[in-house]
Amino acid sequence: MIRKVVIGLMVALLGVAFWTLTSGYVPDAELNRTAAYYAANAESEVGAPNIVTGIIVTWRGLDTLGEVTVLFLTSAIIALVLSQSKTPKGASGAGLLPSGELLVTGARMLAPLIALFGAYVIMNGHLTPGGGFQGGAILASGVLLSLLAEPSRRFGHTVIARIESFSGTFYVLVGLAGMAYAGGFLDNGILPLGRFGTMLSAGAIPLISILIGLKVGAEFSSILESLHETEDA
Amino acid sequence: MSTLMLGLGLVIALAMVGAAVVALVTRSTVTAVLAAGLVSLFASVFFVVLAAPDVAMTEAAIGSGLTTFLFFFVMGRIRREGEK
Repeated sequence: MIRKVVIGLMVALLGVAFWTLTSGYVPDAELNRTAAYYAANAESEVGAPNIVTGIIVTWRGLDTLGEVTVLFLTSAIIALVLSQSKTPKGASGAGLLPSGELLVTGARMLAPLIALFGAYVIMNGHLTPGGGFQGGAILASGVLLSLLAEPSRRFGHTVIARIESFSGTFYVLVGLAGMAYAGGFLDNGILPLGRFGTMLSAGAIPLISILIGLKVGAEFSSILESLHETEDA
Repeated sequence: MSTLMLGLGLVIALAMVGAAVVALVTRSTVTAVLAAGLVSLFASVFFVVLAAPDVAMTEAAIGSGLTTFLFFFVMGRIRREGEK
């Protein structure tokens, strides 16, 4: 009884907090100074029609590097914890229930399409909504679908780890190159800006998007694989 | 925000709350997982309405795609281990 009252009280308090936050909300009539700067200089400085990608990859590129690092730490820690209860080598695939016919056939058709869509989202990150992070998550969901469809299948751990470390290293190198040859860390001016709105434009943004996409996709895939390959003792 | 957008936002918000309540009170785990995924899906539609398509994409891919799949994945594992 007391528990229910306390829970109700907490929910009511949360409601009051949200109400006070939103009741006095008036949308800004104009952009604040930082946003106005971004909106005004997106075309001339980063050359990306999608200003959001321009901000998160270039002006706030360090934050994205931090995000990717956090994800890397997560996947490393999950792998470390789950490596205690890894499936013995000979037993892989034994005792697994087969997936349904519908799932297997559907996954065979959908997995390549999902991978293609992920690549599209990554490559068009600077033109349309999306970018490395979103595309990487889409790639990983394709991996998850094929893991669901074929539980006995094993993806190469070494390949995923190689892709992950290669893209991570290269990402930091691109950032350092920006420091040496352009305005600062992760500046996209190391490559020519190109014609505004075309596929190969906006300097190093497509390159950085590909690296982030590969890294995020590999990290999520390695998390899923670690979960997949554990066996209860 | 125009009246149409306000109405649309209100409908989506109510649907989100409804799906969240379903996820809480239902007895079946499968329904709960699906309802939780539905909350994320409505949230991503809401982000599109609020003119944030980039966030909507992340929410749809991770919140409603990967997490829902992951829940089913783990549920399949538990069922399999239980039958041993």
